Amino acid sequence: MLDAYRWMVVARVTDERCLSLQRQGRIGFYAPLSGQEAAQVGAALAMQEEDWFFPAYRELAVALVRGIPLRSIFDQLVGNSLDVSKGRQMPNHFGFRDKNIVVPSSPIGTQITHAVGAAMAARRRHDPIATIAFFGDGATSSNDFHAGLNFAGVFGTPTIFLCQNNQWAISLPREKQTRSATLAEKSNAYGFPGVVVDGNDLNAVYRAVSEARARAVRGEGPTLIEAQVYRFGPHSTSDDPHRYRSDAEVAAARERDPIQRLARGLVQAGVLEAGAEKAIWETARGDVARAFEAAEGAPAVDALSLFDDVFETRTPQLEAQRSGFAAGAGSGGGTP
Amino acid sequence: MTEMTLVQAVNRGLEEAMRQDPDVLLLGEDIGVNGGVFRATEGLFKQFGADRVIDTPLSETGIVGTAIGMALYGLKPVAEIQFLDFIYPAFDQIVSELAKFRYRSGGQYPCPVTIRAPYGGGIKGGLYHSQSTEAYFCHTAGLKVAIPSTPADAKGLLLTAIHDPDPVIFLEPKRIYRSVTGEVPDGDHRVPFGRARLVREGNDVSVFAYGAMVAPATEAAEALAAEGLSTEVIDLRSLVPLDEEAVVASVEKTGRAVVVHEAARTCGFGAELSAILAEKAFFSLRAPIARVTGYDTPFPYALENAYLPNAEKIVHAVRATMKAA
Ligand SMILES: Cc1ncc(C[n+]2csc(CCOP(=O)(O)OP(=O)(O)O)c2C)c(N)n1
Ligand SMILES: [Mg+2]
Repeated sequence: MLDAYRWMVVARVTDERCLSLQRQGRIGFYAPLSGQEAAQVGAALAMQEEDWFFPAYRELAVALVRGIPLRSIFDQLVGNSLDVSKGRQMPNHFGFRDKNIVVPSSPIGTQITHAVGAAMAARRRHDPIATIAFFGDGATSSNDFHAGLNFAGVFGTPTIFLCQNNQWAISLPREKQTRSATLAEKSNAYGFPGVVVDGNDLNAVYRAVSEARARAVRGEGPTLIEAQVYRFGPHSTSDDPHRYRSDAEVAAARERDPIQRLARGLVQAGVLEAGAEKAIWETARGDVARAFEAAEGAPAVDALSLFDDVFETRTPQLEAQRSGFAAGAGSGGGTP
Repeated sequence: MTEMTLVQAVNRGLEEAMRQDPDVLLLGEDIGVNGGVFRATEGLFKQFGADRVIDTPLSETGIVGTAIGMALYGLKPVAEIQFLDFIYPAFDQIVSELAKFRYRSGGQYPCPVTIRAPYGGGIKGGLYHSQSTEAYFCHTAGLKVAIPSTPADAKGLLLTAIHDPDPVIFLEPKRIYRSVTGEVPDGDHRVPFGRARLVREGNDVSVFAYGAMVAPATEAAEALAAEGLSTEVIDLRSLVPLDEEAVVASVEKTGRAVVVHEAARTCGFGAELSAILAEKAFFSLRAPIARVTGYDTPFPYALENAYLPNAEKIVHAVRATMKAA
């Protein structure tokens, strides 16, 4: 539990640091997760090593729990040559094959059907695992939410649909996303259980996801979990939330801060000494600063890697474009 | 060798792949018990069971999205889209996900999904059972696009597609599913991508076609032979990767090019071929390149034959090309 607290603190510190790095022009973009730490850490802790994760772009804390070093996270945020995804995507699109974290894209909701397909494949291979898809309240309106949950219901797949309802989809409030009273109840239409949990309560999320996982591997099918949280920060560094919500609303939500709540619980339980939080925050600040500096200092991606990984082997057309580019002929490579 | 129709060859290709590799499985609408609306998967449900010939709910997004998840996990799914005209609900999955997984993950996640779809006109299918929209997929980096015109190639290109480490859009000319028969090699027959097929050798003009248009191109060549014209016909087989060498070499020999496809003209694959010839065979060209294509209209029902290219239109284009210089 103390580890959970540390991860949540590291995530919060990373948010603070990245928002300022983006303003300084040292990273290009950032989507903060502040307010969603307990939902992410609780869910990730409830899953097993061999399970498969299908995150969206906000799931930085999930990567931390899965054992991804801060350094690798910053390599992706910076987009340097050490990024395992080779600097191909905007910041926040983390994927790490060695930890079964599938690389997300930007289109909302598309990972939901992938999680269902992977679960079908796992069952075909007789692997006793579960897959988990992370998405937001906005994603519940997407095509893939419907298709994914429908397929999961029909095929009874071992899939957990973890919706972090952070109350906002950029500027659209939750009540304008759907007339449903809860997002969880949408599972009724697909024939499997849906549960609402307080996403600020690490233990509640952990329990809900653990139960869903147990059901999944027992062959009892999917579960939709709505973790109710609040997005403290802007949607991303490109967003100004003052245009659509009041400071008072944010302040009220911050009263329910999942990190403070966990700290209180840990102190009460005697796991954390009162006042010991400070050292954890200090350590996190140092770790985050060092990870960023190392990532910033790493070599940039090689320009010729532009042509790699379109296919396993380059087509003659890509080969010609690559030679043209290497010879300084720009994108017109391939002309005589 | 066994004599069979094109759709039977597709069926044999699927069966062969499934026998070779337990990771190959099929999913799509009505492909199981019913054997597919064109019967391309006939008998496979019985042979391989519901776990490997999966009848899905009616959702192309769901079919392609779950196929992607299976491929990420290590399987080799073959998704059937009942008609190419109905692929658009899955367009986001194909363009944003399937085509980009390998690239966006820096090579961590290959995504070897094959998507089969019957395409093209000539069956009185109207606007939504006739279209030929291969260019959308050729325009998307990360997708390969193959289109057979004979039973042997249908099996051979399909097996290549299924075993390819990258996603392939495999378009089947439904109009000739049953109207052509041919000898098809038994067992593991593979036709590589990026190798055009010389259908008929000639010296005066090159006609490029693929899928259902190879037959009228050949018919036109025969008619022109009677007039003493020697027409080369080349079947492209795969549009991505394209056998540019064969295309350029043929025009270097003949000096004249006619490009045929049933897709609409504007930004159709013929535009790409014409551009390549202008870039790479310009000094060999003795006449302007001609295109024989569908029109820039939606695909009509009653006027289907007016819309589609045929041997007569191709003959006309070749004659014009011969007169030009
Ligand atoms: C298909 C699609 N449409 C629009 C966008 C632009 N967009 C990015 S995030 C977002 C809101 C997503 O809200 P939600 O699902 O609640 O996730 P959150 O950002 O709150 O975590 C939108 C509209 C997109 N990325 N994809
Ligand atoms: Mg949201």
